[in-house]
Amino acid sequence: MSNERLESGDDIIICRDVHKWFGDFHVLRGVNLAVKRGEVVVICGPSGSGKSTFIRTINRLEEHQKGTIIVDGIELTQDMRNVAAIRSEIGMVFQSFNLFPHLKVIDNVTLAPIWVRKWPKEKAEKVAMELLERVGIPEQAHKYPGQLSGGQQQRVAIARALAMQPKIMLFDEPTSALDPEMIKEVLDVMRELAHSGMTMIVITHEMGFAKEVAHRILFFDEGNIVEGNTPEEFFRNPREERTRLFLSQILTH
Amino acid sequence: MTAISEAVQPPRSEIGVLGWVRKNLFSTWYNALLTLASLGFIYVVLRGLLTWALTTARWEVVTTNLTLFLIGPFPRQQVWRVWVCVLMVVLLGGLSMVAWGAPGRRHKWIRRWVTVGWLLSFPLTIMLLHGFASSSLLPLVGTSYWGGLLLTFLLAIVGIVASFPLGVLLALGRRSSLPVVRWFSILYIELIRGVPLVTVLFTAAVMLPLFLPEGMRVDKVLRAMVGFTLFTAAYIAENVRGGLAAVPLGQYEAARALGLSGWQVMGLIVLPQALRAVIPPVVGQFITLFKDTSLVVIIGLLDLLNIAKSVVAQPQFMGLKREVYLFVAVIYFVFSYAMSYASQRLEKALGVGER
Repeated sequence: MSNERLESGDDIIICRDVHKWFGDFHVLRGVNLAVKRGEVVVICGPSGSGKSTFIRTINRLEEHQKGTIIVDGIELTQDMRNVAAIRSEIGMVFQSFNLFPHLKVIDNVTLAPIWVRKWPKEKAEKVAMELLERVGIPEQAHKYPGQLSGGQQQRVAIARALAMQPKIMLFDEPTSALDPEMIKEVLDVMRELAHSGMTMIVITHEMGFAKEVAHRILFFDEGNIVEGNTPEEFFRNPREERTRLFLSQILTH
Repeated sequence: MTAISEAVQPPRSEIGVLGWVRKNLFSTWYNALLTLASLGFIYVVLRGLLTWALTTARWEVVTTNLTLFLIGPFPRQQVWRVWVCVLMVVLLGGLSMVAWGAPGRRHKWIRRWVTVGWLLSFPLTIMLLHGFASSSLLPLVGTSYWGGLLLTFLLAIVGIVASFPLGVLLALGRRSSLPVVRWFSILYIELIRGVPLVTVLFTAAVMLPLFLPEGMRVDKVLRAMVGFTLFTAAYIAENVRGGLAAVPLGQYEAARALGLSGWQVMGLIVLPQALRAVIPPVVGQFITLFKDTSLVVIIGLLDLLNIAKSVVAQPQFMGLKREVYLFVAVIYFVFSYAMSYASQRLEKALGVGER
């Protein structure tokens, strides 16, 4: 396929011919992707296309069954120790936030640094407060997630992921579960993160965000990347009929 | 219509005692009828009971035998040992209220020490009550001398404290990815739930010695404790399994995505939420256990109910069954209700921020 640039020495994520099956269903059909450090990649595509499954193979929430995934120089294999090491380098933000409802906001953010990074509590809390400051909700630190709005919860989830000081951030439809007036506050945080040089893979249908922030947009369909390009080229001149159809659907709805 | 609406008092008829009565007891003609019928019924029953309790009933059977009800045949000159245990528990209870009553971190170290105290209170109580064969200060009081409410409590508390962790382990085992662990847990849970408690107690009391090596004897009370523990654990396991199933998959995923290990995911994220969700059924199980301790009658232990039986069998207390059994029922009720109340408080205290 011609849509993928060649791998280079600066790649932090390399996926070669990644396959996955759910039972007999072939979800991922030989995905190839290389992402540079600091690159922001947006993935869009119809639901059920496998895009979500694909980014979940990168931190091994899903195991791929064939092919190679190399993250920050470490190949993902059956070896459990590798997986824990990889996961602590990759932050993930989910569509449904998945905050821990029994812990206060601050404890949600400090949990992993304390138990995985073995930071002393004081250091973890100091970093957590800085992050809550960064996502704009330091005053909510001592509330429980259930007391926050959806947009605030998603910003806490971003802070929680950032607390591990990850090298890569994965976003799985981060604004899809939000009311329209809260989408902007989450996208603002993500925009700031992208400008700070974070490597990001974002599944979203927020095309305005994609145009502004992404270095590359990929269109995912039927278990593979159909085409990928810079935002300008992608929107002005989509090569594939499927992409055109999809874009016309989400841009005119 | 731009004026801001002013807040006003609700209509008179909606507030106050009279308002409440009208709204809740006499809202419709059939509601009023039900209210009057219920009042009549309560009056008839209560009048009969109260008249009997305050005039005919001979409560001296309870007062005379109070010590017997409380501690059974425990040697009377050794009663101070029971009091020391009670004092210890009251003290720890008070300290717990101080330590957990006020939020804040400065009580952290008290909490730690109170927890240690609770853990130590267990073996201490047993040692204090049981004593040692060669000691003059704490002479041996064999478990066959333990009885009454004291024995009921010991059986219930040991059963509760031991069955809970066992039940949680079994619940986790049932969801384990290791087939042998899973099969064992399922077999155990289904086997125990498939037989009556009486059978388990009989097995523990009569059949257990058959499996043990010759000459090795396990105390009768201990055997009953083991029986209760094994029995209750199976039910706790099923309750906890329900709680585990109620934790959304996204919680596991978020925890794993942060790099937490399998044990950390379980201990820090899943179990705290699962256990919180199952407080009501688990406490219900504990209350059942507390009341079921009365079944030790069949293996000849002198718990509260068995003492009551022996009291009414004595010639001088003939015909006083009503007084004695009512008294025993009230005792069971008071402690069962206390547990139920405590669980509601616990739920409230832990439910903060959960919506």
